[in-house]
Amino acid sequence: MAPVLEVAGLKTHFFTRAGTVKSVDGVSFHVDRGEVLGLVGESGSGKSVTGFSVMGLIDPPGKIVEGSIKLNGKELIGLDEEGFRKVRGREVAMIFQDPMMTLNPVLRVDTQMIEAVTAHDKVSHKAARERARDALAKVGIPSPEERLNAYPHQFSGGMRQRVAIAIALLHRPPLIICDEPTTALDVTIQSQILAEMQSLCAETGTALVWITHDLGVVAGLADRIAVMYAGRIVETGAVDPVLDTPLHPYTSGLLGSLPAEGEPGAPLRQIRGSTPSLARLPQGCAFAPRCDYAQADCLAQAPAVTAFPGERGVRCHHPLNLAGVAA
Amino acid sequence: MSAPILTLDGVSKRFTKPLDAASKFANWMGAGYTEQVVHAVDGVDLSVTQGEVVGLVGESGCGKSTLGRVVAGIHPPSAGRVSWRGQFTDEMDAQQRRAATLAIQMIFQDPMSSLNPRLRVTDIVGEAPVVHGLVEKAQQDAYVVEMLERVGLDPSYRRRYPHQFSGGQRARIGIARALAVKPQFLVCDESVAALDVSIQAQVLNLFMKLRDELNLTYLFISHDLSVVRHLSDRVVIMYLGRVVEAAPASELFKGPQHPYAQALLANVPSITARKKRFAPLKGEIPSPLHPPPGCHFHPRCPMAGPRCKAERPVLKQIAPGHVAACHLHDGGVGALAA
Repeated sequence: MAPVLEVAGLKTHFFTRAGTVKSVDGVSFHVDRGEVLGLVGESGSGKSVTGFSVMGLIDPPGKIVEGSIKLNGKELIGLDEEGFRKVRGREVAMIFQDPMMTLNPVLRVDTQMIEAVTAHDKVSHKAARERARDALAKVGIPSPEERLNAYPHQFSGGMRQRVAIAIALLHRPPLIICDEPTTALDVTIQSQILAEMQSLCAETGTALVWITHDLGVVAGLADRIAVMYAGRIVETGAVDPVLDTPLHPYTSGLLGSLPAEGEPGAPLRQIRGSTPSLARLPQGCAFAPRCDYAQADCLAQAPAVTAFPGERGVRCHHPLNLAGVAA
Repeated sequence: MSAPILTLDGVSKRFTKPLDAASKFANWMGAGYTEQVVHAVDGVDLSVTQGEVVGLVGESGCGKSTLGRVVAGIHPPSAGRVSWRGQFTDEMDAQQRRAATLAIQMIFQDPMSSLNPRLRVTDIVGEAPVVHGLVEKAQQDAYVVEMLERVGLDPSYRRRYPHQFSGGQRARIGIARALAVKPQFLVCDESVAALDVSIQAQVLNLFMKLRDELNLTYLFISHDLSVVRHLSDRVVIMYLGRVVEAAPASELFKGPQHPYAQALLANVPSITARKKRFAPLKGEIPSPLHPPPGCHFHPRCPMAGPRCKAERPVLKQIAPGHVAACHLHDGGVGALAA
């Protein structure tokens, strides 16, 4: 079966006065139908820019300089604004971290939802309103008929995020890109949203790209993981092998940094240093200056992707835990 | 156990929004507007012993930051009393109060909004100790170097401004500023929440190193249970201004007793739980302007009974050092107590 989304060699660069910022620098991944891909990374790793690139939301000084993004077999790069309008909402939707930025603060929720429905479907105002109401009910908003008449500021953070999800689901797109949608929410509300997303996706067969920095959320939700560092995917694979036997020293370091996994009170295994500036990346492997296993070749040459059976891949000269993946 | 160095005794903090002129005029005409009162903290008892790390956990709006500010002396309590080393803060003379305020320092969540953007690091860290006479003006520079080295910052950066640092480095500046006045007690309010995982691990390790080196006591406020579990000796869980459960960390994470604590622990994402079925709590946190009667948690509680709607549960000892405020542990949720 053809994947819903296939990204190959994507390079999104920002041309600023301080130099070229290579936010996304050669990213390739795919998402199958109904699959949840967790795109994990720290701030500045390029995970959000990857999502924006798929949605065609890169504005100058940013530019997609290379690569291909195929959605249901159709190439998106080179599509004009009119073409993207037809795709957005219908074939791919996006949910952002801060729903206050997605929702128009001066329009009532029904206005915004009806507009989203009629953007792609020629239906009557009444039918569109009914669809909006049903979508709100589906994401667990109590008394949806009355809530349609409310403004975004009248909702709580969790409810606002539900409205954003309801809008994303209006046209039942085969793919939704979720950019840290639960990061700003409390634990119990986050859990509600995750449960909601899980059952909705199981019901409709929607594939998700779940962008987050939280490995715990990804472990509970995703089928596969892609770990990003400094604009590149450094490790991919199914959730279990990546979290149990990480190949890349960065993945291993991230897991060691999690306070939940360490012995209470014992020092955490930290990664030294901090993330490099994307405008001045080192010549070799971007992680080499922080890596405990770095050798001479790491500093000289950037590693290519080594593939392993089971859709496993790592971008490292000296991967760890190799015994676990030997075919 | 040694005597506590800090004790809160029935501390409450209320924020009142006074009526504006229009409402007052409307009231004069008989409209009957009343002042809006938020009970941010509602009757909290807490004691912290020397060298202990107490984790204060709760969701947004539960009053944990307000409680931290009361402890640090930023907000005076509306009711109840705070005592520091056996002395009530409201009975202290000016000199004692200054000593207590210096001894309890606070580290805030967002270093960018708590560091003066127009001061250099050397002044941010060095100003307070000079003003309070801990260091001579001439020694300020050497002292700042010592402080920055202690928190793992390169002292050659001390002439720089806060915006020239990364998030993790700014967090370290905030810590250095608090340490500069030689505190004994640190209130950390979500001090690692804004940091990336790898940087967060560095700062958590720093907190633990400082605790050993300087014999510090911490009140560590966080919404992140895994951080609290890692750092704390004792954990206090708050919900809508009240303490619902408090216990030694190992015991609490093994067997939480309050339904809210149980739900909170069950909902923490963990990398060991793969493809899990999320079983969330229903409903949202009610507005602290209009908290529900009885037990604040009863509208969301799966075990709630008639007694929960009417009667406020009190903290009841379940095991030594382990208390929970729930009718389930105090005669059941069914009939009203006589």
